[in-house]
Formats: sequence, structure tokens, C-alpha cells
Amino acid sequence: MSLLEAETPEYAARARLRRQSGCRPLYDLLDAVRDPELPELSIWDLGVLQEVRQKGDAVQVFVTPTYSGCSALDLIRQDMIACLNAAGFVDVQVAERLNPPWTTELLSRRARAQLRQGGVAPPDRAGVRCPLCGSAEVAQVSAFGATACKALYRCNACREPFDHFKALR
Amino acid sequence: MSHDRGGEADPRIGAAVALADDALVLGHRLSEWCGKAPFLEEDLAMANTALDFLGRARLLYGCAERLGGRNEDEYAYLRDAPEFTNLLIYELPDADFAAVCARQFLVDAFDVLYFPQLAASAETGLAEIARKAAKEAAYHRRHSSQWMLQLGDGTADSHERLQAALDDVWGYHWELFDNSPLERPLIAAGILPDRQALRDPWQEAVAATLAQATLRLPSSKWRVDGGRAGIHTEHLGFMLAEMQHLPRAYPGGRW
Repeated sequence: MSLLEAETPEYAARARLRRQSGCRPLYDLLDAVRDPELPELSIWDLGVLQEVRQKGDAVQVFVTPTYSGCSALDLIRQDMIACLNAAGFVDVQVAERLNPPWTTELLSRRARAQLRQGGVAPPDRAGVRCPLCGSAEVAQVSAFGATACKALYRCNACREPFDHFKALR
Repeated sequence: MSHDRGGEADPRIGAAVALADDALVLGHRLSEWCGKAPFLEEDLAMANTALDFLGRARLLYGCAERLGGRNEDEYAYLRDAPEFTNLLIYELPDADFAAVCARQFLVDAFDVLYFPQLAASAETGLAEIARKAAKEAAYHRRHSSQWMLQLGDGTADSHERLQAALDDVWGYHWELFDNSPLERPLIAAGILPDRQALRDPWQEAVAATLAQATLRLPSSKWRVDGGRAGIHTEHLGFMLAEMQHLPRAYPGGRW
């Protein structure tokens, strides 16, 4: 299922920007920065990292919050600065940018696969499936979960509870 | 500190602060329910929704600051009640779970109309925030509508309490559709949506859900207003006393 899954047009556009960027090594460094609440995911794969720019010694990073009240963003900012500092980039600025707004369409295919491996059902246009047994026989337990981006579900086939990464489009 | 009710030179600052005050005060009220909701999942829902509103407030205060206003902490923690310009409906305390559900449903129904329009604002900063808020409001509305159906069409007790809560809060909803003197020139300039024009579509949407929930659309005409002018209910002061206690007791404190 995940092998046949295509990248979304939104992710493809981000990937193109990264490929054509003059500072690809910086993007590669920042792949080490993870979402504090979903540590299996890099902030790039999550769509939080929008763009990196470099002008002389100065590095400018643009990030976008998932939800308005995303409490992880401050920590993500610190982690990114620490990551680039450790690689010798001293002048690092992280700016928040709301445009384009974050949606789950920005997630990479790898992010969806990693969520599934971590027991979290990724957003899926075809409907929510149990990340453990793959069944579509699932029921929502609560529209809200442990973080703003998740909802609680239960699988009626294997009887296991699981988190669903809510689709936001 | 002077009692300038968002009276900065640029009216866009006052408008951003008013919307931020709405979101902050409602977010705080919702956060008060974390740990007190009927069950654990609802505690999570309240806390998550509260966080969306606090986040919205921070973005809007940030927008005000970029336009030349003060910083978010000064707005949130160092103003007294008469300087807050939130609408009164957001500051009402929720004595009963039915009250929080009724208010949330009415304001979510407003937000899903208001923020998609604000997303087309000529002021880019507001438009960008509104695009996020519109997506979140749609999710909130699904949740609060569920409660209308579940409690309205539930037991005799839940029906009665929810109907009473709707009747109680109804007099505070009119203010949502008033264009304040500060807003009017901004509406003409394409920066803010016209609130008045949203009243009919709002009532239509609200009436449809209430009918489904076997609830009655309140018919009372009494109304209370004054929020945008800084004239508040007695409840806001108590809320601020709690919310602002720490930054006022330890000015400039960091941890």
C-alpha cells in the first residue's frame, strides 16, 4: 500500500524547492531535527520546515506552525539553531511564516510511512486505516488526542486503540 | 498604564488586538475546563481547543506588534479589564458544562463564517492568520455541533439544561454582529469583514442544527453589549486576576 502511495503535489513542490536550492547541505543538516512530539518524524518530512536561505555567513530558516497553538515550535526553533551552530553556522535566524498555511498535504510519503510504523494512522484520502492490522473497520473514540494534530481511534478488527494524525486540508 | 482601549494611531492595531482579546479570553475560559470535563476525552478536547485559541491570540497580538503595537505579554498580562476589548460572550464563566457547549457552538458557527472572509483581507498579516483559524474553526464546529445533538437530543435533563444555557447566552450573541466604530473604516477598506452581513447566514446555520437537536432557537430580544468599548461584565476582572497573577507578582520573570 505504502509503496504505491505517491507524493502529494504540495510535497513535490517543496521537494523541488529544496533540490533547486543553493543550500542543500543545510537542509540535509536540518533533517536531524525531529518533531518533539512525533520524534520519528523530521520537521522537513512534517512540512514544518519551509525554506532555508543563506547569505554570506548568515542563515535564515523559515518554519510554519502545524496548528495556531503548536507548542512545539519554540523547541523546534531552539533545536534548529543548536543543530546549525554545531555545524559551525553561528548566525542563524529562524522566522515563522504562515503562508502557505500548513496542511497535512505537505507531509512526505516517508512521513506517512513513519507514522504508520510508529502506530499512528496517517491522514489518508481513502479513509482512516488501523496502523497495526490495516483494517478500515475503525471508529473514532475522540476527535481530539494527546496533541493538537492527533485524534483517538479504535480498530474494530484487532481491537487495538490507536492515534490518527488528523487530515487538515 | 493609560486606559487606551486599543486607541493606537493605526486602527488596524486596535482591530488585531480586539480579535486577539476574543481568542485569548475564550481560550482561557476553555482551559479552565481541563480536568473538569465530563470525561477524559473531553478534557483533551477542551485543552486542544483552548490551545488553538491561545495560539490564534498570540498570532494576532504579534500582528498588532508588527503594525507598531505593544508586545504580546504586555497585551495579555499588563492591561486591566477596561482595556480589554473582547466581546462579552467570550468572558462569561461556565457554571455548567451545558453553558460551555452552548457558547462554543454559537461562536464556532460565527467563526466558520467570519474567518474565511477575513482570509481575503487586504491586510496580509490578518489574512494569513485567518486562513489557519478558518481550518481550525471548522474542526471546532464539528465537535461543538456534536454536543448540541448529543445533549439536545439526549435525556430530558440534558435537553433542559442545554436549552436553558442557550437561552441564557442568547442575549450576548448580538454583539458578534455589531461593527464597532473602530471596525467600520476598516470594513470599508476591505481589511475586515462586515459582521452585520453574517447575521442571517449564521442564524440559518444555527437554527438548522438546533432543530436537528430538538432544541428551540431562543426568541428573546434582550441584549448586552459593551465589550469593544471596554465595558465588561464583572466576570472578566476575576478571570484576569488569576490569569495575570504570576507576571504581575514577578514582573519580567523568566523561567
